[in-house]
Amino acid sequence: MQELFNIFVKSIFVDNMVFAYFLGMCSYLAVSKTVQTSVGLGIAVIFVLGITVPVDYLLNEYILRPGALVWLDKSFSDVDLSFLSFILFIAIIASMVQLVEMVIEKFSPALYSSLGIFLPLIAVNCAILGGSLFMQEREYQSIAQATSFGLGSGIGWFLAIVGIAAIREKIRYSNVPGPLRGLGITFIITGLMGIAFMSFLGIKL
Amino acid sequence: MKVLRDFLDKQKPHFVKGGKFEKLHSTFDAFETFLFVPNKVTTSGAHIRDAIDMKRTMIIVVLALLPPLIFGIWNVGYQHFLSLGMPYDFWPMFSFGLIKVLPIVIVSYVVGLAIEFAFAQSRHHEVNEGFLVSGMLIPLVMPPDVPLWMVAVATAFAVIIGKEVFGGTGMNILNPALTARAFLFFAYPSEMSGDKVWIAEKADAYSGATPLGHLLVLDVDKLPSDWSMFLGTIPGSIGETSTLAIILGAIVLIATGIGSARIMLSVIAGGLGMGLLFNLWGANAYMNIPAYQHLIMGGFAFGTVYMATDPVSASQTAKGKIYYGVLIGMIAVLIRVFNPAYPEGMMLAILLMNVFAPLIDHYVLQGNIQKRLKRAKLAVKA
Repeated sequence: MQELFNIFVKSIFVDNMVFAYFLGMCSYLAVSKTVQTSVGLGIAVIFVLGITVPVDYLLNEYILRPGALVWLDKSFSDVDLSFLSFILFIAIIASMVQLVEMVIEKFSPALYSSLGIFLPLIAVNCAILGGSLFMQEREYQSIAQATSFGLGSGIGWFLAIVGIAAIREKIRYSNVPGPLRGLGITFIITGLMGIAFMSFLGIKL
Repeated sequence: MKVLRDFLDKQKPHFVKGGKFEKLHSTFDAFETFLFVPNKVTTSGAHIRDAIDMKRTMIIVVLALLPPLIFGIWNVGYQHFLSLGMPYDFWPMFSFGLIKVLPIVIVSYVVGLAIEFAFAQSRHHEVNEGFLVSGMLIPLVMPPDVPLWMVAVATAFAVIIGKEVFGGTGMNILNPALTARAFLFFAYPSEMSGDKVWIAEKADAYSGATPLGHLLVLDVDKLPSDWSMFLGTIPGSIGETSTLAIILGAIVLIATGIGSARIMLSVIAGGLGMGLLFNLWGANAYMNIPAYQHLIMGGFAFGTVYMATDPVSASQTAKGKIYYGVLIGMIAVLIRVFNPAYPEGMMLAILLMNVFAPLIDHYVLQGNIQKRLKRAKLAVKA
């Protein structure tokens, strides 16, 4: 239990997807204009990460990793299918995103239209694939660990995008120098937020 | 006075539109309003008659910073002579401190103001007074033996990236002085941590670690007494050591209504609460430090009074200020106890909450709107 909690907290603050690895930047920069839409996208990312990481964990555990296929037959013990992990992970992610898209379209058409192209693009959001690949690389021991890592990473990403959206709403009337308006100042804010998030860097859990 | 006024009036035509030095208008304006109360009257919109404007506000903060500054100057000398083990008198200590501290103050002001003026000229806005405070805060959060070029680089970073790219005073999201300190902390970690720069020209064999530095390696026995931490006769950044001097400043800020007492009290409440919680837990020596000691160690008091209350980067709403303050206090103690890499949690806690302050405000506002909508609906029904 302690272990699960540590993984969860660590993936929110210490190994934050945005500020520690700079993953998922495209939608983070593009959809963070208002708090409302960024909350919607953030929740979608939490959901997708929370589902795909454990599913990909099962996939990795029983099909992909070296010797995973022994449950079929003893003779498969030296089969290594891990070269397939990218394409299989992406397939899982894409189908999950499709599911989310259908749910949002049904229950919140307003959010659906305001997210626009960025909703299907979650499928190629590197934070999502990154979550699955980190899960593979860090060799989590159980599906519960993988789930808490997935949910934690999603919440970390959610905090980052909602935080920057509120800042962007606040500076909407600031007299930012012309060339920096829009994306330029967003990059600078991201860097400054990164400095603030460095407070958690180095915490051992 | 009259001579000065006449001189300014004579020069003025050169600087208004069409004059010889039209481009330097904002520079002239800055000096004129610095010396005399401006006689400009707004022509439309709402009018508020009040003796206070940004210049007076900033000057009061600078006044409130004087007690820590003066104490800091004395303490720099005191620590120096203490480390050499020499007999000491008041004046030699004070003048030694002055020689160490004054250049840092001058560098911070010269670099910062030069950048401010340059930006004001090229972007055609007026020079704002915000830097009067930041320029004083930056030296106070520096260790006494910091190389001057570092102060210059950090000040330039804080003013340009932290403030001017957002459009100048009042638009920044992070506190500029803390941005400068954090920049140095992450860019030159070997200089800023450890016991290198905390005592000016100390004797080689003398350990110059700050109380938090001792705690980092769990030397709980080496902690100075509560009384000396409260008075401030310990190594540390120039302005942060004396809780007593900071309380004097806090009284000025609260009495004039410029610093938010709400924020200060909630930061203290958050820090105390978190400290007590750790005392209950008590898993290691660091957690067992009495909660009140967190308040007098390191930059906690200084951050609470001068940094967290920065009206630009703090929460703007009354309810938001409480959440903002409590979270600062909690996170500061949390980082101190849990993060072995950073002995001082206050700076990073304030920066982190500066980042989330707009979000807190957003939700406080939304909550208010919802509440009023509900009330309006009930009124319609009734």
